[in-house]
Amino acid sequence: MGKIAAVTGNEAVANALRQANPDVCSLYPITPQTDIVQRFASYVSNGQVDTELINAESEHSSMSAAIGASAAGGRVVTATSSQGLALMWEMLHIASATNLPIIMPLVNRALSAPLNIHGDHSDGMGARDTGWIQLWSENAQEAYDNTVQAFRIGEHKDLRLPVMVCMDGFIISHSIERIEYLEDKQVKDFIGEFVNVNPLLDLEHPKSYGPLILTDLYMEFKRLQHEIMGRVKKVVLDVAEDFYKLSGRRYGLFESYRLEDAEIGMVVLNSAAGTSKDVVDAFRDKGIRAGLLKPRLFRPFPYTEIADALKHLKAVCVMDRADSYGGYGPMFMEISSALYQVTGNGSGVAKPKLINKIYGLGGRDYMPEQAEQVFTELDAIAKGAPVKLVKDYIGVRE
Amino acid sequence: MKKWKELVPGAVVLEAGSSEKFKTGSWRSFKPRWIEENCIQCLFCWLYCPDMAVKVVEGKMTGFDYDYCKGCGVCARECPGKKGQKAIVMEPEGK
Repeated sequence: MGKIAAVTGNEAVANALRQANPDVCSLYPITPQTDIVQRFASYVSNGQVDTELINAESEHSSMSAAIGASAAGGRVVTATSSQGLALMWEMLHIASATNLPIIMPLVNRALSAPLNIHGDHSDGMGARDTGWIQLWSENAQEAYDNTVQAFRIGEHKDLRLPVMVCMDGFIISHSIERIEYLEDKQVKDFIGEFVNVNPLLDLEHPKSYGPLILTDLYMEFKRLQHEIMGRVKKVVLDVAEDFYKLSGRRYGLFESYRLEDAEIGMVVLNSAAGTSKDVVDAFRDKGIRAGLLKPRLFRPFPYTEIADALKHLKAVCVMDRADSYGGYGPMFMEISSALYQVTGNGSGVAKPKLINKIYGLGGRDYMPEQAEQVFTELDAIAKGAPVKLVKDYIGVRE
Repeated sequence: MKKWKELVPGAVVLEAGSSEKFKTGSWRSFKPRWIEENCIQCLFCWLYCPDMAVKVVEGKMTGFDYDYCKGCGVCARECPGKKGQKAIVMEPEGK
């Protein structure tokens, strides 16, 4: 077993990047991610890694440099948050559709306006259609473990896809927790040497990246991209199995907590899942069969697996730490789509009953009382009370 | 036409010089016409052509390769001609 340490989420993730020893790290600072690249820059200065550091003049340039370096042929990392991710937007699509396995911790932070530096999921959810793999992390340990696994997943020969590793800004990035590190050698052996596929710097075999593809072939390339995304789930599970053998820590496509015999359940991402599990326990103690599902792989979304895990419940609340203004919360859209295919489409009565709560925007504290409010409402719905409002805000002054 | 299963992921082009296979002449709406008697063989047209549409043989301009000429007109604009008479003029396609 590796060293046990008390560190912030940012320090844990920075150490995972150090252990991966990438060829190139392009960077641009932004709160609350800055701490990651600042620490990584120290590793470069101290000679702890062999990485070429590129200080870009914006996140758009940072992602562009990462794309160039990755196409040239190398293991590439960067990191960002919020407005930084938003500025990268067009380049995110190019990274994924060009099959460049760039690894990027995303320290989740609210998008402006109003200007806010604290944690919510509006940045990551806004990037859900960019073709990147997204892994979400409840705490520093998961952020570290997901970052280590991200290299194996993204660089897998069947995928070659960029991976975003998400964790909550400040709540996880800046809070100190106990984590178990793997030894440097264990990580090195686990992720292996970087294997190049079609590197531009292979001068014996000249090639071109980024060709113009018009009406005659564009759709075929998109069909291929869809196919490759379809292979991600298996790779994520295979890598999780190997990671379990190495670390003793088990990961899947999502985490089920007391869900198997539950009647009511909550779907919630990242740090709020920890708070909610305590409340699940409290409701169990009261004789109410509550449970929780915490997605880990959000892109590609494991529709059938999650629907199978939820379909026996009487009522489910999907928690969204981001809003799609004029739509349901982004996680709610996925969960209701997933369940419709299993319990709605031609199968008779759609169940479970679903509600959507928007919580914790701009770093608003998510307290156990909010989870209690949700489970109390779910309990009433499970016992026959009507769903009054499908989507609602909680933890807000009325 | 290729099917999606036959494509290289990431749309990477694995051979050098493949643009030769992509004929862009059909984009043209104006066509350069070479008037040999006004040509002083300065090769400005060859130098300025953004594609590979000026055919030069043994150091001499010999005409256009219309498979690659998009009709941008740069050659006609730069052509100094002889005594004010242009050696390259642009004409509407299909004239």
